[in-house]
Amino acid sequence: MTVKQASRRDVLGAALAALALPGANLRAADFSGRVIEMLIPFKEGGGSDTWGRFNAPYLSRYLPGRPTVVVRNVPGGGSITGANRFAARARPDGLTVLGTSASTQFPYLMGDPRVRYDYRDWRVLMAYGTGGVVYVSSRLGITDHTGLARIAAEPLLYGSQGPTSLDLVPVLAFKLLGLNVRTIFGISGRGAGRLAFERGELNIDYQTSTAYLRNVVPLIEQGDAVPLFSWGTLDDEGGLVRDPSFPDLPHFGEVYEAVHGRAPSGIAWESWFAFFTAGFPAQKLLVAPRETPDDVVLAYEDAVRAYRRDPEYLAGKPAALGAYEQVTGAAAQTIYELATDVPQSAIAWVRDWLRDDFRVSLEG
Amino acid sequence: MLEALTAAIANLATVEHVLFLGVGVVLGLTVGVFPGLGGIAGLSLLMPFLYGMDTVSALAMLIGLVAVIPTSDTFTSVLMGIPGSSASQATVLDGFPLSQQGEAARALAAAFGASLCGGLVGALILTFFVQIARPLILTFGSAELFMLAVLGLSMVGVLSGSGLWKGLAAAGLGMTIGSIGAAPATGEFRITFGIDYLYDGLPLVVVGIGLFAFPEIIDLLRKGRPIASGGRLTGSWANGLRDLVRHWALCLRCSALGTIIGAIPGLGGTVVDWIAYGHVVQVAKDKSGFGKGDIRGVLAPESANNAKEGGGLMPTLLFGIPGSGAMAVFLGGMVLLGIEAGPAMVSSDLDLTYTIVWSLALANVLGAGLCIVLARPIARLTTLPFNYLAPFMIVAISFAAFQATRDLMDLAALLGVGAIGVVLKRFAWSRPAFLIGFVLAPQAEGYLNLAAQFYGWQMLLRPGVLIILAITVVSVFLGARQVRRGAATVAVDSDVSGDGAVGGAGAASGDGAVGGTGAASGAAAIRATGAANGSGSPVDPRPQLAFVAVTAGMVVYAVASSLQRSPLAWMFPVIIGIATLLACLAIGGLLVFGAPDGKLNFDAEQASGTAAGSTISAQFAWIAGFVAATALAGFVIASALWLALFLRLRAEAGIVRALLLAAAASLGFLAVESLLVVELPRGLVQVWWGSVP
Repeated sequence: MTVKQASRRDVLGAALAALALPGANLRAADFSGRVIEMLIPFKEGGGSDTWGRFNAPYLSRYLPGRPTVVVRNVPGGGSITGANRFAARARPDGLTVLGTSASTQFPYLMGDPRVRYDYRDWRVLMAYGTGGVVYVSSRLGITDHTGLARIAAEPLLYGSQGPTSLDLVPVLAFKLLGLNVRTIFGISGRGAGRLAFERGELNIDYQTSTAYLRNVVPLIEQGDAVPLFSWGTLDDEGGLVRDPSFPDLPHFGEVYEAVHGRAPSGIAWESWFAFFTAGFPAQKLLVAPRETPDDVVLAYEDAVRAYRRDPEYLAGKPAALGAYEQVTGAAAQTIYELATDVPQSAIAWVRDWLRDDFRVSLEG
Repeated sequence: MLEALTAAIANLATVEHVLFLGVGVVLGLTVGVFPGLGGIAGLSLLMPFLYGMDTVSALAMLIGLVAVIPTSDTFTSVLMGIPGSSASQATVLDGFPLSQQGEAARALAAAFGASLCGGLVGALILTFFVQIARPLILTFGSAELFMLAVLGLSMVGVLSGSGLWKGLAAAGLGMTIGSIGAAPATGEFRITFGIDYLYDGLPLVVVGIGLFAFPEIIDLLRKGRPIASGGRLTGSWANGLRDLVRHWALCLRCSALGTIIGAIPGLGGTVVDWIAYGHVVQVAKDKSGFGKGDIRGVLAPESANNAKEGGGLMPTLLFGIPGSGAMAVFLGGMVLLGIEAGPAMVSSDLDLTYTIVWSLALANVLGAGLCIVLARPIARLTTLPFNYLAPFMIVAISFAAFQATRDLMDLAALLGVGAIGVVLKRFAWSRPAFLIGFVLAPQAEGYLNLAAQFYGWQMLLRPGVLIILAITVVSVFLGARQVRRGAATVAVDSDVSGDGAVGGAGAASGDGAVGGTGAASGAAAIRATGAANGSGSPVDPRPQLAFVAVTAGMVVYAVASSLQRSPLAWMFPVIIGIATLLACLAIGGLLVFGAPDGKLNFDAEQASGTAAGSTISAQFAWIAGFVAATALAGFVIASALWLALFLRLRAEAGIVRALLLAAAASLGFLAVESLLVVELPRGLVQVWWGSVP
């Protein structure tokens, strides 16, 4: 993919747009009487949509001038369509922002030929991460991750949405642990995967944190499922630590160490870590064009900081978003860079792995 | 259970609850009337109000909204032949011909009565079903879901009526087009023609409108008379309700069917109306009226599609897995309200579940009641001169198609599918068969892939699979027997124009015009001298052969394109492709070597006498002109100018009148855009100057 050319064209386009309409740039960050469009490149009702619609009214209330914030869903291409449209059309005035997700990040990282956006052309306003928990069927007869060695020969079945989807993180994780997992492709979503698990068609699965708490914990209480480990989360230095939502569960790095008897290292691990970061701690990013003036960005950051203390926000957040904090400013910047600036070596390794293990080519 | 039920009734019976439910219903009806808009637009409208409301009232509004959308989208399905959503596609088949016979009010009242019946029966069934729903839903694994898709596909036999080969070819073409995009098993892209838009496949709404509404609009434009052929209404809404009472058993059956199918996650909404329609055609003794305005063809899908929403609540509430688009929206709303779907909904939160189920029923009562009252006045639309109504319908279907993915390519796809629809109609290839193939192709492929990986051949031993297989075999057998007996031809194939041209080859049409019409078409002169067989000149098969060749060409491209992918990605399109090619070969063979007056050989252009007026391509050019203008100047400007032009030139309206009507429509769209936060197509003008509407 010719990232460089694309970005240059986009910059030129943005510059021309700015010339054509000098009045469109706000001189001071005041959104009085304005309508801010939050573009969500997914269908209504999904996770990203819920995230966007949860935040919209607070942005509206806390941005200077109390603008109207509307959520605009542009689904298609697993979010590529909407992100492409944002890249082509958005002006650097803070009036159009994009909510991306891991499904936007992954094709970008993998060099999908349909991608005509570049994260280097954007700047982050807010980041929101999540985690996930891997669990197995209780019929396997193990009670925690230490039992994995005992069932190493047992065939495990995992349902994936597709080789290049966010599910490449768990599939790669199972490979790193040396588990005998058969990956079934073509599951239509994580919910469908859980349903197949409940039907007994699958016996290993993972769910993101909120879905896990909502739908898997009852299964565990009934004795149908056994949690093994969480993916973990990043500390301030970007190191992998236990997920605060699941302090009793080891994170993936601990399990790796228990299985292999040494701290995780090597290109396979680094690749997993890179895609894990892009997929989970940086799962949702609110971005604006890079040329957006600082005062506009600052207005967003201040608004997020302020509404994070809003009692109504605090009351609604656990159900809508789970336990993780939405971060902004420097913390968001760190996550943004980790997620979108993945080393080429890791990307190349993942491409080779997908080709060798699943015969999947990434041509369009 | 009783305790929860009484608690739910106490919740329901408060003035506040009913009031908010009513607000939701009115919102839902208003939004649902616009084709292409559904729960999603309604949700955006509702969203700002949901915050700060108490849970029960907010939930009531949300349910009111979701419940009535399959009710109000019936208006455009019946009156204009525009399927407002995927749930009302089958309604078009008989609903629209009824409108053409001036019976719009009757058809609408019957439809709304059936919707009401579906809503109530659905709630009743769910009240008991909810207790066993969880284990029951879990018995539907991927193998059973695949078999359900096969059962749906077997309806093709019923719906293609006399032209079985043509029905099969149409279904095959539909399945091939339905396979465009990512392969369910591997995510590899195939048959995309290198166009980004096709990576997701064609949107169902666009295909539904292109197949059904588009050809009818073109047809009516050529005739230039009102939708109701006499220009007046004959049936009344009381007649419609009488029909409902007469066919009460059918409505109950289809309601139950809709509830159960709606409750199965993964198949759900999109086929329920077709399965109900196939059912009624199968069990009816006299099938001659289907496709030409049999009221049972309206009652069956309408009772099923409202019941479906109730059924769809089950996977949504119990597993957090939405069964349909509307339920996805509902689930999103529930999350925002802090209600957690899951197993608790049948235990500790059972009263909440019952509140939701019975709110849905109550909303159906309110919605259907309102609609029945409105049926007669709105039905008057069908008496308007069509040259006045048509441009607004064209603008409306463009608007609806654009809402599918909000991309200008939606409009291009509408033109493409519309062209296919026109040809299918002209040669009496079954459009329902095409649509069923289109809808079920990804489902069948996806579940087959999963079932094969999970069970292999073992799947044939699963009891659920065997039961559905038995139902399928019986259904196919019954269908085949009827065809063999030659009893009462089912006219569900394409021709819903009610001109009596269905019989084919001019033999049965009996309107005297048949013999002479051929002269209008180019190739006719050669053919007209051919053997006359007493009942009109034989139909020149060459246009049909050309279409068979085009179909085969499309299929060959699809096969070739798929073969470049991995086996899991090409297997399905290749098998379908081969079957379709065989059907094409059979049709071609029969056209060339069969009797020239055979049933298969049918060309509406040479039979019905419409060719004397303006041509299909002239009407097509008007619509394409609107799409081109939209690409250039955006929807608002294009619709204003184009409407004025059309009204002036085609409807011969005065300049002032044309301008006023066009301006009113454009202002209306602007209002819809800002009130409902709906996006309208932007053209080059808007891309250059961002602030132009």
